[in-house]
Amino acid sequence: MTQSIWRMPRWFHQMGSPKWFYDFGGILQPWFAVAALVLLTWGAVWGLAFAPADYQQGNSFRIMYVHVPAAILSQSIFLGMAVAGAIGLVWKMKVAFMVARSCIAIGATFTALALLTGAIWGKPTWGAYWVWDARLTSTLVLFFLYAGVMALNQAISERQTAGKATAILAIVGTINIPIIKYSVEWWNTLHQSSSFTLTEKPSMPADMYLPLLLTVLGSYCLFALVVLIRTRAQILQTQSGASWLVQHRDITGA
Amino acid sequence: MIRFMLAIIRRDLLLVARQPAEMINPLVFFVLVIALFPLGISPEASLLSQTAAGVIWVAAMLATLLSLELLFKLDHDDGSLEQLLLAPYPCWSLVLAKVFVHWLVSGLPLILISPLIATMLFLPSHAVPALMLSLLIGTPTLSLLGAIGAALVTGVRGGGMLLTLLILPLYVPVIIFGASSVAAAAQGMPIDGYMALLAAMFVFALMITPWAAGSALKL
Repeated sequence: MTQSIWRMPRWFHQMGSPKWFYDFGGILQPWFAVAALVLLTWGAVWGLAFAPADYQQGNSFRIMYVHVPAAILSQSIFLGMAVAGAIGLVWKMKVAFMVARSCIAIGATFTALALLTGAIWGKPTWGAYWVWDARLTSTLVLFFLYAGVMALNQAISERQTAGKATAILAIVGTINIPIIKYSVEWWNTLHQSSSFTLTEKPSMPADMYLPLLLTVLGSYCLFALVVLIRTRAQILQTQSGASWLVQHRDITGA
Repeated sequence: MIRFMLAIIRRDLLLVARQPAEMINPLVFFVLVIALFPLGISPEASLLSQTAAGVIWVAAMLATLLSLELLFKLDHDDGSLEQLLLAPYPCWSLVLAKVFVHWLVSGLPLILISPLIATMLFLPSHAVPALMLSLLIGTPTLSLLGAIGAALVTGVRGGGMLLTLLILPLYVPVIIFGASSVAAAAQGMPIDGYMALLAAMFVFALMITPWAAGSALKL
């Protein structure tokens, strides 16, 4: 009866405990901060200053080192938000809803950044700031989905209900992610197809895509850092009367 | 369970019959919005016939949005929604029944009046069957997707605007394909692909939305 394939490992349920998440997150936080700083600085300086210029686009392609990480993160964060929401709904974990809530603002920011840097990149390359092709339109729809999730979260005053409602909306909105990802394959779009995938060798030379890899990894670390900070802040807000928190060394200053 | 759903359908239709304004208002809104476009942009036939497909679809979507807010609100306000949710029947059957009535009341009149609208906007007459077919497949999808939003904002203050904000990103694919299908038909091109995609979206919405809206109602 107790042995089933759906039994989650112990750490899964441990993460659902606010105290455990707060303490473990506090240990991880500085590591993610350092990693984000190192990876982003290294990747950005290498990519923006030292990588070889593209033979077609010259130096304007360098905005790729900002645009691509932002775009990748915007989609991953929405997926992560939906997964966290689903975990919260199924296993009824408060912490999962808090994590989902932390993802909204940073995800929306990355999406806006991707759209803006894409427009800036589009002007010298395509001659237009904006075209209504499949990928740009679906990324704009992603931004509106983030805005909708944010609005719904603020509109419902009871926190637990707000968490569940945003989880449902995030899960429903996930249908947009495969549309964005495969839009360049399904439709004739102006946007170029993927520069690298997980399975194939990239078509760019190494000293062009390595800084890209660094900035993508650095952005993921930045995202992890922001989620940890925000979730721990939510734990402090909602668990303020709890005994473990009152005696915690962060509060007593010991 | 079928009797449960039929009972809800009968009840909602009865409620609408007592307040015909609920049915007439979206229709009048639809026609008014359509009428505003030639007044606001240009009454020139060539320009209007090019944009007719998109204008009709956007107006249909706006009319559907207008009537969505009331989908669950009236029942929530007088407490009957809670009782219906407590019934020993799955939540999705309640949602499905209500969405069906909503479509009958707001979507079907749009489909029936669309040939008249097409004439107002100078849409070529050979595109009218495509228009009616795309609306026939598309408006139930709009009602279904809207039900999720209506369920999520039930009981929330300022829900009408929020509902629009939540639902419009989900409506975008339906509008794109609906309008493109009519535009393609106006140019004499085949519409099978568009209709197939619209039908696929409808089936997908039919599978997912009653369950999602049911979970949202129980919040």
